[in-house]
Amino acid sequence: MSLWSYLVANGPEVGALTLEHLWLVGISIGLAILIGVPLGILLTRRPALSGPILGGASIAQTIPSLALFGFLIPLNVTLFHWRLVGGIGQNTAIAVLVLYALLPIIRNTYTGIVKVDPAAREAGRAMGMTNRQLLLQVELPLALEIIIAGIRVATVITVGTATIAAAIDAGGLGRYIFRGLRMNDNTLIMVGALMAALIALAADLGLGGFERLFSPGRMARKGTKWGIVGAIALLVGGSWAAYALTSGQAAKTIVVGSKDFTEQVILGEIVAQEIEATTKLPVRRRFDLGGNLAHEALVSGEIDTYVEYTGTALTALLKERPIKDPEEVYQLVKKDYAERFHVDVTTPLGFNNTFAILVRGDEARSKHLKTISQAARYAPSWQAGFGQDFMSRPDGYPGFSAAYGLKFAARPREMDLALTYRALKDGQVDLIAGNSTDGLISRFGLVQLEDDRHYFPPYDAVPVLRHAVAARHPEVRKALERLGGRISVDDMRGMNLAVDGEHRDPKDVAKEFLKRKGLI
Amino acid sequence: MSDPTPSPVIAFDHVSYRVASGRTLLSDLTLNIGAGETLVLLGRSGCGKTTTMRLINRLLDPTSGQVRIDGIATTDWDPYQLRRRIGYVIQEAGLFPHYTIEANVALVPRLLKWPEDRIKTRVAEMLELVGLSVNEFAHRFPHELSGGQRQRVGIARALAADPPIMLLDEPFSALDPITRRSIQLEFKQLQQRLGKTMVFVTHDVREAFILATRIGLLKDGRMAFLGRPADFLTSEDPEAIAFVQCLEDPSTLVTAP
Repeated sequence: MSLWSYLVANGPEVGALTLEHLWLVGISIGLAILIGVPLGILLTRRPALSGPILGGASIAQTIPSLALFGFLIPLNVTLFHWRLVGGIGQNTAIAVLVLYALLPIIRNTYTGIVKVDPAAREAGRAMGMTNRQLLLQVELPLALEIIIAGIRVATVITVGTATIAAAIDAGGLGRYIFRGLRMNDNTLIMVGALMAALIALAADLGLGGFERLFSPGRMARKGTKWGIVGAIALLVGGSWAAYALTSGQAAKTIVVGSKDFTEQVILGEIVAQEIEATTKLPVRRRFDLGGNLAHEALVSGEIDTYVEYTGTALTALLKERPIKDPEEVYQLVKKDYAERFHVDVTTPLGFNNTFAILVRGDEARSKHLKTISQAARYAPSWQAGFGQDFMSRPDGYPGFSAAYGLKFAARPREMDLALTYRALKDGQVDLIAGNSTDGLISRFGLVQLEDDRHYFPPYDAVPVLRHAVAARHPEVRKALERLGGRISVDDMRGMNLAVDGEHRDPKDVAKEFLKRKGLI
Repeated sequence: MSDPTPSPVIAFDHVSYRVASGRTLLSDLTLNIGAGETLVLLGRSGCGKTTTMRLINRLLDPTSGQVRIDGIATTDWDPYQLRRRIGYVIQEAGLFPHYTIEANVALVPRLLKWPEDRIKTRVAEMLELVGLSVNEFAHRFPHELSGGQRQRVGIARALAADPPIMLLDEPFSALDPITRRSIQLEFKQLQQRLGKTMVFVTHDVREAFILATRIGLLKDGRMAFLGRPADFLTSEDPEAIAFVQCLEDPSTLVTAP
């Protein structure tokens, strides 16, 4: 689908996510100004503090945003029972965006005030202005042009950084970018990037105009002052309206989560729609949680249920050693989850999404490759590409390469999982570790090599549910049980292909499946 | 005139000022300035002229000794109240670039919370006094004026709240020689009309002779000469002789007190 026809067909959603993005940027910049400008003023009064404060802000800016999210999610900073920072969602995202925006604002406030003509400052003091009068009537107005330049830089940075907020379910245009990456859909990536770029451009131009308006010699006209007040009011009001439009979910809902790949979003939809159809409880979706965020969100009560894989639960979350027998794994995980996390591991859905070691079809045919053992001898001339997840987890690359004695030409390329399929198809790498249920396997004509040494533990998909919710709403647990054993590997691969290959909406694909199986 | 005036408006009583590094900028200065007098502080750059001036309006506090304004030590004055009754003119005027001429002149009256209509009248009066048309200049910004015009606004601003004391720190040194000459002569008339007590800092000995009732010559933080301009010409002090030598034909410049 072309970019233009997508925009036309999905106008309301694009508009809503753009407004949400604006809200994230607006509130973050507003808070950064409220914190940064006073800090900048403080630095001009106590220059000894400039080392620690500017240094701290610089360091905050160099920490990757995902790492910052990682630090902040376990926190629980509250004010009057209202959670300010911590958990997944907008508050944590805003905290990160504020941290990033602080440096240019503090630095420019400081520089702007320090650079005020000493003669003007001297004259003000000698005329009998108090420090406060000097600050408000002379220093700040004269520094305003430079301060606004700092706010302008901070705003443009924030528009870009705010796309990462989608990783912790804070919404905004990042949704399109993450969705597009996951679904191999350039149109979606373009929609997110284009709208974000337009916002950045508009903010840059608008604030640039503001900056010129505030250059000394143009101020003090009453009309201008009212113009400024009006513009700020409009900005705040607009942001608030955007927020009101995009949020406002009721309490007492069941929150369904998902990890950040296609299959998870489809499973999230299946779980959500099954609960909606059979319990009449309102359901809120918090999808696309990256890394271990879904697990952390479940344990901290941010979400109530999502679909986990038994092997992942065993090795990555419970930190146990890999076990081969599926039933043994399931029983162990069920017991440990109940004791350690107060989470119910319900009935497996019926398919195993194990790691699939994949090579290109033509390569497999020409070299007659069927198993991983057969491929091992070609490894020294091959380049491998793996997702970050596979590279780091104990049942991933380290154990896998040892089990098969694999030695590649170079260190494997580490990249986003969704991109490894493309890299393999385009010949940039020769072997990847995908997911056995991935629709792209058949679409790109890839061949899955058999795990002939049975290295990978079973990864049976199974919905997990917090005990507290199961106790309060037994009907939710029943809904999840109804899904037990109903999804085969072929079902899953078909649904994945429908979304990844045919770019269909996960919502519709899930609904079709549930109807076909007579579940709703 | 070199005798202390009976009731000095400004009195320096063994005043020294040292910076934190220990360097002495002013040492043991004793000096009385009477009502209506214009004391011109003369000296090379860094001799302590500006320090002396900043001690008067409490931009600095003396390290030892006392500066008294109307008999009260500066350290006992509220600094803001003190400064609002002392007019201050500096080089390049120090006008606020983001204020109109009107707002610049109205600065101290506004700080003193005068009623707006009184401020308006006063601003017009002051601009008229320094030879600027209200209609033409009131709503302009400083960068739209010439250097000489800005300096006139600086004087109008310093006079606006009718302060009994005026401090002027090299106010005309950035102007071209012709503008400087005419503004000096105009200022001389203004000075005679208003009868303010003035301390005027300059390194221009001609300017000192035009404006001074007394000249104080500072060298390395000490008063090397203090007396009438006529006595300055005959002083034996080497620094005074050095300054007098800068005058091409000193006899023509002596002005009657």
